[in-house]
Amino acid sequence: MTMRAAPLVPALIALLIVLSSASLLVGSVSLSWSDLGKGLVGQDPIAALILYDIRLPRTVLALGVGFVLGLSGAALQGLLRNPLADPALFGAPQAAALGAVAVLYTGMVEALSFALPVAALGGALLSVLLVLAVAGRVAGVTTLILAGLAIASLAGALTSIVINLSANPFAVTEIVFWLLGSFEDRSFRHVAMAAPFMAIGSLILLRAGETLRALTLGEETAESLGMSLVRERILIVLGVACALGGAVSVSGAIGFVGLVAPHLVRDAVKGDPKAVLLPAALTGAALTLGADMLARLIPAPTELKVGALTALMGVPFFLAILARRRGAIAADAS
Amino acid sequence: MTELAAQRLSVSLSGRPVLKEIDLIARSGELICILGPNGAGKSTLLRALAGLLKTRGVTLDGRDINGVSPKERARTISWLPQTGQAVWPLPVRSLVALGRMPYGATLDSLSARDDGAIAAALTACDLETLAARDVTTLSGGERARALLARALAVEAPILLADEPVSALDPRHQLSVMETLQAQAQANRLVIVVLHDLALAARFADRIILMQAGRIAADGPPNAVLTAERLGAVFGVEIVTVERDGTRAVLPWAAR
Repeated sequence: MTMRAAPLVPALIALLIVLSSASLLVGSVSLSWSDLGKGLVGQDPIAALILYDIRLPRTVLALGVGFVLGLSGAALQGLLRNPLADPALFGAPQAAALGAVAVLYTGMVEALSFALPVAALGGALLSVLLVLAVAGRVAGVTTLILAGLAIASLAGALTSIVINLSANPFAVTEIVFWLLGSFEDRSFRHVAMAAPFMAIGSLILLRAGETLRALTLGEETAESLGMSLVRERILIVLGVACALGGAVSVSGAIGFVGLVAPHLVRDAVKGDPKAVLLPAALTGAALTLGADMLARLIPAPTELKVGALTALMGVPFFLAILARRRGAIAADAS
Repeated sequence: MTELAAQRLSVSLSGRPVLKEIDLIARSGELICILGPNGAGKSTLLRALAGLLKTRGVTLDGRDINGVSPKERARTISWLPQTGQAVWPLPVRSLVALGRMPYGATLDSLSARDDGAIAAALTACDLETLAARDVTTLSGGERARALLARALAVEAPILLADEPVSALDPRHQLSVMETLQAQAQANRLVIVVLHDLALAARFADRIILMQAGRIAADGPPNAVLTAERLGAVFGVEIVTVERDGTRAVLPWAAR
């Protein structure tokens, strides 16, 4: 049964290779394939500068952040047995941004300190735990979304207040960065800061597949099948918080990738909540990198925010799912 | 020989006493039906016996059930909840294969033994033709059979099923009860919560009648399902039907 997912993963990897190459070649200065080769080996100093200081870190970050967004979405959907679960609907990225902002703008840490992703991790963890505490473990869609919405709004408001209070001359720009996300002006030092958190979180989530499969039948049945759910549930929430904390601390809060990516591949893996994890992560990487390339290419006085583009893509998608499932959701609300 | 027992089992949920001093011993080869009005504590009793409530007073072969490892408990007791759902669009066969989890089997690594158990469970629940169907597209009755097949695929010595026939049409009700009877005849212990007095009278070896968290009566169908007792517990008058020496009971009028 692994066979059925097999052609999907190589196809997605091929897509990512194409997108990544395009991402290195296009931008405000176009590079040819030979510029790319020369730049990478250092023969062409200008191309090398563009690649190593601007495009490579940006591409790597977009891929990594998209990967963890898609993976976190798939894992949360599996954990809650709810196809509408998304880290952003939990307020997790917004709360992670608040965590980062709270330590950064009070001057507690430097912009490139490891304390930044740790604080973001704390914010994400707190928001997921808060939503779960308010909504309960077997909450219906309505309760989850309402609780998540409230926390997202609160985190967003607090983020803006913290930045405003720091008497920062660039406050408006910075608020927009943290709330909508961007990969602009990111360096390999940002990659190095976020990568360990995203990697550890991803590893935790990728090995949670069997738990998610057992949860298909509900929590008690999973327990009757010999699963120790308490530990597994905590691990998944920690994995999501760790991966998102790393991602948000360098990219700001990018929404809706975690909702859309698992949906795009779920049918291809026949609904299997374990087999959907890796394809959802790769799809998240492709969506995020694609959105970032659009953000770079669409002409505008200042560069578009990648989170604005993912919301533009994700919100209609979310509404379409809501409309299709409204019968079930109405029943759930009563 | 497997023995599942409750001794002075009392359970409170959210501060409300649901089970009060339940005593029972159930052994391999029995098909036991638990009957009782809504709220009598039937499902709670089944969950306690399955070891899911972490309560004191339940023993498996003389050992406190909380001391049995989750893996061993999962291989010994198969539990089928009342409102089983299936949220993801899995094929029926994959859903049933989840029953092999206690043996360390995953969808990606099913042994010949696992395949055999899955095929037998699909056959027992009349699901061969639906094996490749997406479970979210099944009718209520088909889904209930798929979930029962999942529980059968565990091939555990003990099967605890909570209202497995309430969503089914008459033919499938009878065929599921026959399947459960065959399980008991194969020396498994089957405990099933039912609402249907007629099916219980017809198939059970033993009936446990519950009322307000206590066992009101426990014994063979003919001894338990008397007009006075059913009148007292359910508030109904009954009609008795007999065929080939087996007595069935129909609720006829509310008192």
